[in-house]
Amino acid sequence: MIDAREAITRIHREEWGRVVASLTRRFGDLDIAEEGAAEAFAIAVERWPADGVPPNPGAWLTTTANRKAIDRIRREAKRHEKHEEARMLYHEESPEPLGAIDDDRLRLIFACCHPALGQEARVALTLRMVGGLTVPEIARAFLVQESTMGQRITRAKAKVKAARIPFRMPSAEDLPVRVSGVLAVLFLVFNEGYLATGRDTDPVRHELTAEAIRLTRLIRALIPDDGEVDGLLALMLLTEARRTARVSASGELVTLDEQDRGAWDRALIAEGHQLVRERLAAGVAPGRYQILAAINAVHTSARNVRDTDWSQIVALYDQLIRLDPSPIVALNRAIAVGEIDGPEVALATIDGLGDRLAGYHAYHAARADLLRRLGRGEEARRAYDEAIALAGNTGEIAYLTRRRGQLQ
Amino acid sequence: MHYLVSVIDEKTGSATSAEMAAIDTYNDGLKAEGYWVFAGGLAAPSAATVVDGRPDEPLFTDGPFIESKEYLAGFWVMEAPDLDVALKLAADGSKACNRRVEVRPFLGVAP
Repeated sequence: MIDAREAITRIHREEWGRVVASLTRRFGDLDIAEEGAAEAFAIAVERWPADGVPPNPGAWLTTTANRKAIDRIRREAKRHEKHEEARMLYHEESPEPLGAIDDDRLRLIFACCHPALGQEARVALTLRMVGGLTVPEIARAFLVQESTMGQRITRAKAKVKAARIPFRMPSAEDLPVRVSGVLAVLFLVFNEGYLATGRDTDPVRHELTAEAIRLTRLIRALIPDDGEVDGLLALMLLTEARRTARVSASGELVTLDEQDRGAWDRALIAEGHQLVRERLAAGVAPGRYQILAAINAVHTSARNVRDTDWSQIVALYDQLIRLDPSPIVALNRAIAVGEIDGPEVALATIDGLGDRLAGYHAYHAARADLLRRLGRGEEARRAYDEAIALAGNTGEIAYLTRRRGQLQ
Repeated sequence: MHYLVSVIDEKTGSATSAEMAAIDTYNDGLKAEGYWVFAGGLAAPSAATVVDGRPDEPLFTDGPFIESKEYLAGFWVMEAPDLDVALKLAADGSKACNRRVEVRPFLGVAP
């Protein structure tokens, strides 16, 4: 009984996206695909504990979902007297070509992350259609009402249908831009998990980081030769490896220099390092995610903060700034420079970013830390105040508050 | 599948001769590729009249039904297989007329 439940949970994770993708191709409608898949899983939950898990659960689910979808189309065809349309949809299917199922999942991902959809809609639709998270789960993850999230997903599905967002691979010419759009969605999901926002939220939301990694692995299996896909996966793995060390028992965020490096996940680090090495060996100019992964590889190679190869990190930030000359990259570079040239040098650079980063909590947190190290207590206190007011992560707020309390 | 591609502008009849030439070339391309349905430029919104024919006596009101700084200055109706194609055509159209455009799908078109 319990085994069947566990099996269903696992199979749901593995098969949901496949079933939705396969139905979307066949029926050309996300709504029908989603509902058919949901009904099939509901029947599995009902029957499998008693009947046992079928030998090929994926095929069973796809067949059941297909049947449910056809039932619905017939029902609606009767109701709306749209016999012709429904028949056309139903008879249009051709035998499934070999290996087409994985391609379908990729098509589904590209449809969900289409540039004509807003960023929030892309995230929600991807987590629902590809990841199989329920609407309440996604609503909780992004701290919005269930009804709001439900509407967001419904609207997105309606736009896909009305505007005819295609269920097919982007053209070769569009592919790099479209892949980077997908990666942006996954990175957003990961970051929301890694530095969760919301005053009543856990500082780290493992379910979101895990889901982002799982979907990035899937993308990597489907698009094996993209350096930025590898880079993003490596970046996520090397970040996730530090997850348990990153929050103290009291729920406070632990900064990199104070983390117990023995608690880092060696297997994730090894996998991340391997990916970074492969990208270096490829000899292709790295993109943003590969550089960020390399920076994290340097951090996770060091036994302690003093042992860190800061000049290597500054060099990588120099490379990153050429691709992404944003003030946030400049801020992180300045912090790294501070580890070599001292807090005074770092502070001078960071102060120059003030007009553009005044609303960014990490800018004030970085200033506060540098001012503290320079013994400028009053200024540090004001910077901590600003950082605490702007920070959205409970663990970070706890950390900053303690630091502020320690000032002379 | 039909798409309405609206040209967003703050002025009317403001296209330069170079823009007009680019639009002509673009239109020829649409026709040659089979995407063309219809296109046109519109007079200023101040030339519009709102009509309510539901009462016994039709009601005429001077001006557009919505006042805004930016308005619909012209449009294309195109036929494209999906949004990816429509967006690409619209991007080229935007470049040709040197204005932003909005792409909106038709729910359907009358036979």
